[in-house]
Amino acid sequence: MPELGKYALEVTLAYGASAVLLTGLVAIVVGRAARVRRALERVEGRRDG
Amino acid sequence: MSLWSYANPVRFMGATRPLVPVLGAVAAVCILVGLAWGFFFTPDDYRQGSTVKIIYLHVPSALMAINAWFMMLVASLVWLIRRHHVSALAARAAAPVGVTMTLIALVTGAVWGSPMWGTWWAWDPRLTSFLILFLFYLGYIALWQAVEDPDAAADLTSVLCLVGSVFAVLSRYAVNFWNQGLHQGASLSLDAEKNVADVFYYPLLVCIAGFVALFAALVLLGTRTEIRARRLHVLRLRERMADA
Repeated sequence: MPELGKYALEVTLAYGASAVLLTGLVAIVVGRAARVRRALERVEGRRDG
Repeated sequence: MSLWSYANPVRFMGATRPLVPVLGAVAAVCILVGLAWGFFFTPDDYRQGSTVKIIYLHVPSALMAINAWFMMLVASLVWLIRRHHVSALAARAAAPVGVTMTLIALVTGAVWGSPMWGTWWAWDPRLTSFLILFLFYLGYIALWQAVEDPDAAADLTSVLCLVGSVFAVLSRYAVNFWNQGLHQGASLSLDAEKNVADVFYYPLLVCIAGFVALFAALVLLGTRTEIRARRLHVLRLRERMADA
């Protein structure tokens, strides 16, 4: 771990907040993609079956 | 093959299927390597101390916040002029990514500014235009949600995107226009002047590559989802009509 000195709080806060926002964004986009794909497969399955 | 052929949703879905995982992997590798390089293996700046490590998040996110809006602008113009649905859906898919990038740029900028400027926030031209850009992103997303007819929503959001482009330009060039405020000029530019020392510059480039790849992966995935969601909506309507 590098020595962050007197700015440790600021640097940690910037990295922590960015990690939360980026992870949340990826989770939302990937999660919605999976939900919509499953729903479409169900409807298309009913239609074809 | 012409670029316009990808306006066909079937062709777009076929072409982008292998791209999404590849871009996602490139994004993950570049972001992890770039951040680890910058965080663990670069020295502190002689004036800014360890806060210089925030550059690896702040600059790529700010860059993508502005460029995401320009990508939405191009896609909106394609929709308004040529009425290609995929372009309107791509613009819609880019908005959540753009708003997150803008928020990261605002938060990391505030955290960085606090010890360097002595304040979290100032009504500086660049900061203010970035805040307005953030509000435009929120308005754009809200407008897509609020209008039920998809074509009307695409028309209205495209016009909003054109108006908001003024603030996207201001976010980039406000410092040059007004030549005042706390925020310094661009860290990266195409001119010969060097604003970032090599030791910080190379990991920064890796982080920027990662953010670009992440943006592309998420926009492609989001556009594919919007295409599927529209087909799902049509099929459900047909089912209801058949049942009635």
